[in-house]
Order: sequence, then structure tokens, then C-alpha cells
Amino acid sequence: MSFLPYAVVVWLLLVGLYGIVTSHHLVHLIVCLTVVQSSSYVLLLAIGYRTGAEAPIYKDIPPETPVVDPVVQALTLTDVVVEATVAALLLALVVQAQKRFGTVDPDEIVTLKG
Amino acid sequence: MVLQGVLLVLVAVGGATVVLVRDPLRQAIVAGVFGLLLGVLFFAFQAPDVALSQIVVGSVALPAMIILALAKLAQLRGSDE
Amino acid sequence: MSRRVRGGLFWVAAPVFGFLLVWGLLGLPDFGDYRGPYGDLLQQVALPERHTPQVVGATTFDYRGFDTLGEEFILFAAALGAVVLLRQQRGEEKDEEEEQDHPADRQRRDTSDALRLLGLGLVGPLVVLGFYVIVHGHLTPGGGFQGGVVLASAFVLVHVAGRYLILQRVRPMPLVEITEAGGAAGFVLVGLGGMIAGSTFLFNFLPLGEPGTLLSAGMIPLLNISVGLEVAGAVVLLFSEFLEQWLLRGRGGGA
Repeated sequence: MSFLPYAVVVWLLLVGLYGIVTSHHLVHLIVCLTVVQSSSYVLLLAIGYRTGAEAPIYKDIPPETPVVDPVVQALTLTDVVVEATVAALLLALVVQAQKRFGTVDPDEIVTLKG
Repeated sequence: MVLQGVLLVLVAVGGATVVLVRDPLRQAIVAGVFGLLLGVLFFAFQAPDVALSQIVVGSVALPAMIILALAKLAQLRGSDE
Repeated sequence: MSRRVRGGLFWVAAPVFGFLLVWGLLGLPDFGDYRGPYGDLLQQVALPERHTPQVVGATTFDYRGFDTLGEEFILFAAALGAVVLLRQQRGEEKDEEEEQDHPADRQRRDTSDALRLLGLGLVGPLVVLGFYVIVHGHLTPGGGFQGGVVLASAFVLVHVAGRYLILQRVRPMPLVEITEAGGAAGFVLVGLGGMIAGSTFLFNFLPLGEPGTLLSAGMIPLLNISVGLEVAGAVVLLFSEFLEQWLLRGRGGGA
């Protein structure tokens, strides 16, 4: 049971990679990339978790309660927004690819060569 | 504890579903649901900030961008033929 | 390389990679057994030192503020890259007709009335919610990143429930770009303010105030607001770039 979060991390990473390798459509590839990104979020949060602890906001709990690690949460929350923006940049690249090559199939783009 | 276990398994199944749906338009919606599941998982990990980020980004911003890009691709392909 | 070779290579490499990953992850302490000294130190020190009960916000914008500056500029660069990639190129003319307001268009409606009503009702509360989440980042879960995306989604809603013309009037492009650049610059300026006050970059030089009130925690609310404006500007900019793309070359794909 205690290895389940890490097992899910490895599973998400490998499944996402499988999707990227065997993709027929560049937009499908980008969404599989977001699955790989989410594996890293789960890993970061699983590392910082403390059993029986509270969320790290001291507004209504006494200041001595154990809380989960705030540093990994700070890293992950900026990460989530930034990686979505990077995915948008990749989508812009896909639109340009369609304009230049006339196709969004990764295999056909390799064989076309401009 | 049980909640975290169940959510982790659901996230694993959701990730596999996102990859196995091949049509990009359907995949955008499945990705939105996957984002929501991840948000609930982060909430169960006592991380409300991260959950808020994930729900807002993964269910609103990302599917919207994907669908817009697909609309543009369909238009480009339509004008080529 | 051909598709089959790629697939074969994947099926050989993935089990090895997976095995190495699992082997590495087994070396971590058990799930739930957190030993790190940094987290314990931060949770003891954040409330007395920075007068903010939100330890994650204090970490993002104060203790690890430099990382957040880097992340914010990644976002800025990605929006910039998308704008450059999707600019109007030689040979593509903009469909001028779509930009003007035709009275006939107002009669012809593709969206359902329920959607339009719901959109109209939700835009105001969304903007208020976005500003609330941004400004209260140092008191409750939330902050610049989350609130900025909520604010940007209000513009998405205007497009979904209305017409593109309404969106254009409500969201003039120069204003969006100025907001985004202003947010990014604001972060750096607040950090430089710390230097001018006689100490390091991103030093918390403003008065700290009462923990739990809105005007507390020094410069953290200011940084939240600048990040919120930048994120909102970047997401609206990206969204608008994709929409403009759809306008180029006419209504071939259907209105």
C-alpha cells in the first residue's frame, strides 16, 4: 500500500510515453505529454506527504500541528500553470506544422522533408 | 487513507484512458475529466493550492486551447481540399 | 526511423526504464514518513517571521521567490513564442468582413439561449472571484497563479456565450499585452525594491502588519497581484491568438 503512489507515478510516466511513441496525430501527442507531466506532480506531492497531517495553512489550526511539506506544494503549483502554457506553445507549433507540411501525422512529416 | 488509494487507482485508469482515446477532440474532454480527478487527488493529499491550480488549468484552460487548435486545423485542412 | 522500429525500441527500452525507476523509488522513505528538515523549519518560521498563515504562499513568493520569478518568465516566454509563431504571414489575408458588425448576424444565433444567459450571469462573479483569489493569496489557498487563470477564464466565457465581436470590444489587445508585461515587470521591480531598501534582491522590505489581515505579510500581496495580472494576460493572449488564427482566411470552417 505504501508503494502505491510511486507505482502510479511510474505507470503514468510509461503510459504517457507509450502514447507519445505510438501517436498518429500531433495533438494527441501533446495531450499524452500532459499525462507525463502529471506524473511528476503526483511524485512531488507524494514525497512531501506526512500521514495524519493537515494542509500547511495555519489560519484555523493551532501553530504546532504537524503539516505536510509546503516546499513541494510551492514548486508544483507554479509548475501546473507554466506547463499548461508550454502546451499551448506546442499547439501553436502544431498549427504551423499543418500550414507547412499539410499534415499532422508524425510519421508523414518525417517522410515529407519540406 | 482509503480515499487516497481509490483516487490513485482512478488516476492511473484515467491516464490510460487519455492515452488510449485516439481522436483528439474526444481526448480533450477526457483530459478535462482527468484534470478534475487529479485535482481531487491533490486535495486528498492535503494540498489545496495545488488542487486549485490543477482544476482551473486542467479543466478550463487546457481543453479550450486544444479545441481551438483543432478548429484551426480543421479549417486549414478544409481549405486545402 | 520507421514506425515499427520505433515501436520495437520502445518495448525494449520501457521495461528497463521502468525497472530503474521502481528501483530508485524504492530507496525513498515510506509514503507518509516525511523527514525533510526544510519543511519543518519553514512551518515553524513562516508565521512569526513573515506574519502570514499561508506557508505555501510565503514559500512561493518569499523564501523561494527567485524560483517563482523564473517560472513567471517561462510563462512570459511561452506566450511570446506562441504570438510569434501564429503571426499573420505573407499570403494570408484577414477576413475583414468578420470584424464588422452586421445587423443580420445579430439575428442569426448559433448558441442556445440557456448558454448565453448562464454566460452572462457568470462573467461578473468570475471576475470578482478571480480578483478575490489573487488578493487573498497570503491568507487562504490561492494566489497569483490560480487567480490569474480564473480571471482569464472569464474572457473565455465571453467568447463561448457571446460573439467574437463582443470579446474584441471587451478585451482590447494593447491592454492585454500591457497587463501581461506590467505584471512580469512588476515582480522584478518589487524585488529590486528590496535591493534599494538596503538588502538582497526580493527581500521583504514592506511593513509586515497583523497576521490574518489583508494588508499584511509585506510584499507578498504585491507579488501576488503582479503574478496574477501576468498569468491572466498571458492566458488571454494565448487564447486570443488562437481565435485570431481562426479568423484568418475567412470562414471556411463555418462560423
